[in-house]
Amino acid sequence: MAKFKNIEEKIFIALMRLSTGIIVFALLLIVFSIIYKGLPSLSWEMLTQTPKGGFYFGKEGGILNAIIGSLYLSAGATLVAFVIGFPVALFMNVYLIKYKRFVQMVRFFLDLLWGVPSIVYGAFGFTLMIFFGMKTSLLAGIVTVSLFIIPIMVRAMDEVIKTVPIGLLEASYSLGATRSEAAYKIVLRQCFPGIITAILLSFGRAIGDAAAVLFTTGYTDHIPTSLGQPSATLPLSIFFQLGSPIAEVQNRAYASAVVLTIIILIISILSRYFSKRYEKHRINF
Amino acid sequence: MQKVKIDVRNLNLTIGKQQILKDVNVQIPDKKITVILGPSGCGKTTLLKSLNRLIDLYPEMKVTGSIMLDDIDILHTKEDITEIRKKMGLLSQRPYPLPMNIYKNITFGLRISGRRKKRNLMKRVEHYLKQANLWDELKDRLKDPASCLSIGQQQRLCLARGLAVDPEIILADEPTSALDPISSTAIEEKFLELKDYYTIVVVTHSLQQARRIADHVIFMYLGEVVEQGPAKEFFENPIEERTKAYLKGLFS
Amino acid sequence: MTISIILVILLPIFLATGLIIKSQPILSTNEFSSLLFSSEWKPLSGKFGLLTFIVSSLWVTFLSILIAAPICLLTAIYLTQYARRYLLRAMHPVIDILAGIPSVIYGVWGILVIVPFISNYLGPALGKETSGYTVLAGALVLAVMIIPFILNIMIEVLKTIPDALKEAALSLGATQWQTVKRVILKKAFPGLLSAVSLGISRAFGETIAVLMVVGNVTRIPSGVFEPGYPLPALIANNYGEMLSIPMYDSALMLSALVLFAVVLLFNLASRMAIARYEKLQ
Repeated sequence: MAKFKNIEEKIFIALMRLSTGIIVFALLLIVFSIIYKGLPSLSWEMLTQTPKGGFYFGKEGGILNAIIGSLYLSAGATLVAFVIGFPVALFMNVYLIKYKRFVQMVRFFLDLLWGVPSIVYGAFGFTLMIFFGMKTSLLAGIVTVSLFIIPIMVRAMDEVIKTVPIGLLEASYSLGATRSEAAYKIVLRQCFPGIITAILLSFGRAIGDAAAVLFTTGYTDHIPTSLGQPSATLPLSIFFQLGSPIAEVQNRAYASAVVLTIIILIISILSRYFSKRYEKHRINF
Repeated sequence: MQKVKIDVRNLNLTIGKQQILKDVNVQIPDKKITVILGPSGCGKTTLLKSLNRLIDLYPEMKVTGSIMLDDIDILHTKEDITEIRKKMGLLSQRPYPLPMNIYKNITFGLRISGRRKKRNLMKRVEHYLKQANLWDELKDRLKDPASCLSIGQQQRLCLARGLAVDPEIILADEPTSALDPISSTAIEEKFLELKDYYTIVVVTHSLQQARRIADHVIFMYLGEVVEQGPAKEFFENPIEERTKAYLKGLFS
Repeated sequence: MTISIILVILLPIFLATGLIIKSQPILSTNEFSSLLFSSEWKPLSGKFGLLTFIVSSLWVTFLSILIAAPICLLTAIYLTQYARRYLLRAMHPVIDILAGIPSVIYGVWGILVIVPFISNYLGPALGKETSGYTVLAGALVLAVMIIPFILNIMIEVLKTIPDALKEAALSLGATQWQTVKRVILKKAFPGLLSAVSLGISRAFGETIAVLMVVGNVTRIPSGVFEPGYPLPALIANNYGEMLSIPMYDSALMLSALVLFAVVLLFNLASRMAIARYEKLQ
């Protein structure tokens, strides 16, 4: 009987180690295969030029339109989401702190919204576009993507702000601060790195998403100069180029994938850095 | 000279740079109630948990020294530690019923050792629930989940569960601190009954409880054993200054 | 500030309303159940049966869970019960990076690695001739995508099990494995199940990565080595033709609505279960 016990345990421990290994292996495989395939086709020209004539047939140009387009779009969407979302997160934790039930409900709602697939937001965004008579444009894309990332932004900031203990707020009220002052100055200071992490997280989600921009932002070879113009985005640029039968263009798709992957890795590292700083500098109650 | 059931020699325990137990030497007498007393943070729970090597769960804890149980050093033995653990039953601060019904809780220790015969198991369930004064209350509810019992009942259930594996020793970590006075008294009285059959080690921070039930006392402070001895001598003629201060209630 | 809060709370309602309004045209001319259960998809003839796509979605989703859930469970148990603490800490960046990789990159990886693997190695090994653009490819890529999500929740769930419960079981003579199997997993079961269920809803809605490897052939797949055409892919692939064929846009909006409803319901049920589980602890 004892022997059976041990064999079962040993088998499962081996399986557990295998599973953990599979996950690490998957990550390494993904990163390496993308870089391996894409790096050879990555050139300075690709990063700094927009598509010239014949680009989609393998001729000159680059993906600068997509890179800039994505940066404009994600920055815009993150900004909008922050402007709308930060007050909500503050509201939940400073003003509404007494109404615990209500705040719980809001959190629940936000978690539900977080789970909605981006394509649904895309379809909705498309509906809005038609309703308001907008054409596919940077603006439509920003609106759609910001709707998509608002739940992420709010919940991420909420997680950070809710760790500010009520004692700190009370201390500041007793020193004469109004609610707004306490909210913005003190809470913001205490949570600053955490808020930066939330912003970075949302930006990362925004720049990588294809389904929400598919219907709404269009695609173009030019760098957009106004909000009303359509814009290329990195994910779509990868997607479209990959669908081409010409090998040269496919390779460029892989190179674009490398660019996007590197952007995401940088954001990941930055947000880890900021959350580490958060751990170090915040006052531990 | 009374028989020593557990002999702890030169026990040192560290977590990282912090030393939790400093050169602990204690003798726990057989079939008596030994109370480990001291203010919070003095290491008494850690000492208790070393006795059945629960500290294995925490690999950051480094231990040196030896703990002799009936001529076996349980810290360094090559024997199966689960067999050794069965010799000691554990009662925690808060009751932790296993996530199963009452019957399965009591028989858990037996079933994992491979004993399956339903009639024998049933007899044991009856016997140990009776020992814990729970049989009349629970005999018709054995298939109910253990979580629906009151907290006092749960603690007695945990006691019955621990007794069901026929231990020689009962380890209790502040077993009444989460209970109301009536349930607490029930547990204390049970210990007084059981000490004829089992060696009992109780950790407590309540001087009153110690006075009520102890035969032997070990007083700890900041990881060291300050004084140990028979209860009467400990309470009436303490030797160390710190002991005297503690008994006077100067710190708790 | 008040405006923001109102906007956020009303958002799901806006979403649902918008989609419902756009689905009205097709719902008014067809029975809902006939749309849901018919596999006739001929937009030019006005036939919009969604069954093919729903079945594909189900295939891909459940296969991916079948792959991902055991891996997540085993890893979560290992990291919380057996491995040294530093391993759990070291795995966090791995999980976070996997979670942050965009959908389209997973799709590219799928095309680079998974599709050839299936068409050149796995298929022939099992005697099947396949292009690699299959339900299986979709499921494999999807599985890797949802692993970080499910794993994080499972780790959180297992971490809430009190050490004292483990100590109680060990004191009764149980080995670590017996404690895990009979005590910890039982206690954590509702939370673990909710983690899987949240994973299902995440998998159901994933669009781009799956679309790139699954084949997109309008036919109910009869095996995992066949191509499939899940619901989100339907919406994404046809938005271009949407406005040129009558009722097409309404049909796609209905699909989006169905997707929204399914995902929302799963999410709702799982999160309520998790909330109840946390209360019990």
